[in-house]
Amino acid sequence: MEKIIFYILALILIVFAIASVTSKKMLRSVIYLLFVLCGIAGIYFLIDYNFLAAIQLTVYAGGIIVLIIFSVVLVHHIEMELELAKRSKQLLVGLACLVGLGVFLTTIHSHEFNVVENSVTTSTEEIGLGLLSYETGGFILPFEVISVLLLASMIGAIVIAKGKKLTDKNDTTL
Amino acid sequence: MNISLNITTTITEFLSGFMSEGAANIGTMVVIALIYLAIFAVAGLYLVLLERKVAAWFQLRLGPNRVGPWGLLQTMADALKLVSKELTGTVKADKFLYNLAPYFVIVSSLMALAVFPFTKEFQAFDINIGLFFLIAISSIGVIGILLGGWASNNKFALIGAMRSGVQTISYELSVGLSLITMVLLTGTLQLSEIIEVQKNGWLIVQGHIPAIIAFMIYMIAGTAETNRAPFDMVEAESELGAGFHTEYSGMKFAYFFLAEFINMFIIAAVATTVFFGGWLSPFGITESIPWLGVFWFIGKTFMLVFLMMWFRWTFPRLRVDQLLTLEWKYLLPLNLLNIILMALIVWLNLTIQF
Repeated sequence: MEKIIFYILALILIVFAIASVTSKKMLRSVIYLLFVLCGIAGIYFLIDYNFLAAIQLTVYAGGIIVLIIFSVVLVHHIEMELELAKRSKQLLVGLACLVGLGVFLTTIHSHEFNVVENSVTTSTEEIGLGLLSYETGGFILPFEVISVLLLASMIGAIVIAKGKKLTDKNDTTL
Repeated sequence: MNISLNITTTITEFLSGFMSEGAANIGTMVVIALIYLAIFAVAGLYLVLLERKVAAWFQLRLGPNRVGPWGLLQTMADALKLVSKELTGTVKADKFLYNLAPYFVIVSSLMALAVFPFTKEFQAFDINIGLFFLIAISSIGVIGILLGGWASNNKFALIGAMRSGVQTISYELSVGLSLITMVLLTGTLQLSEIIEVQKNGWLIVQGHIPAIIAFMIYMIAGTAETNRAPFDMVEAESELGAGFHTEYSGMKFAYFFLAEFINMFIIAAVATTVFFGGWLSPFGITESIPWLGVFWFIGKTFMLVFLMMWFRWTFPRLRVDQLLTLEWKYLLPLNLLNIILMALIVWLNLTIQF
């Protein structure tokens, strides 16, 4: 049963990943990308890592794809089509992808993967405790660093969005 | 009387009587999916009827009363009419996305329906991240609206879709944060355990002040997330025709319409589960008859649905900038303060327990 579902998901992932890069209509390729991301969430559900699956759905499907759709909708007209890249560029990209795939496959096949017999569902509580623990195996440092990074990017976004309004103190009409 | 409502095991046992195990598993999934589809359709249609009756009541009219007794079959007749209608489309629309969009909306609300515990047993999918799963699923529905608006190749539809996107993304934050406030009290995200915690008093009583604030924020943000009046800029009739579904007709329009009403039901059902004890009866008066839980759950949910309809027919529509001001300048800071207040109350053990 799980095997069948895995192969269905894998097929969905591969087909839509290819469709996403070959489609000439911009919004359609965004939607194909959405299907790829949902498929990845499905794989997380399959290995019983529900929390990560829900994160995948909220952050990627609900957040990033919606933002991409927003930007496409703002700049792209429905009748526009993406132009085809030059033959030399296509070859170069194809070659780079093949090299990447080769590296990936050799890494996978040169290592042994152990099959876990009794998988345990990770609860949200364990994840939270793991993130906040400062003992060995705890993730408090990366957690804090990422928080600071997010804060910095938020402030940066506000500064960019406000633009002139922040610097021009004399102009009160704004 | 003892009615077994544990649907998954009951159906699996029934099917494995004459099937192999694998086939019985798949059969169970199909049967449960059909049951939930039926709930979806019937609940959607009768919520439409309820809305029309409530609207009539508020405006001192009678409302639909011709088809069937008290107009009970009116929405069934409407659904039949919509099925038989021709599906029109625009020539220059992106056909693929145009046809795909309604399914995004309807699939996401159908998936959300699966995790609710209607009673202790009647629950299709008791996932351990229940509440978070609901938030994650509800964030996908907006993609359908954005796609529908863009793919119709219509200015009004596009403006409606953009407004919807802005509104849903902003108010999702408030919905999530107000639910997190309650999670501080329960200590779990699993919906069945959240109800288990409430056996010592519903959470709105346990958490008193911050819980009531969280409930008010949740209801405001939830109404906004379903794109209903007073937050219906998405389909403001006087400005945008019908908003993002201007170009849709027949059954595809009905999908959007049904999904809107089911989303209202979902928002109310989440509030019931998290704030009002789900299927628990008040003071445990019907504790010995477990199947009555369905009655309590549906009853509480419909009280909240009625509250949302009350909003709709009482308040005038907001402007887009007022809408965003309300969310980002009032609800969000209030919500963050409320989380701190709730954390303090949980920390100092000031909750009310029976």
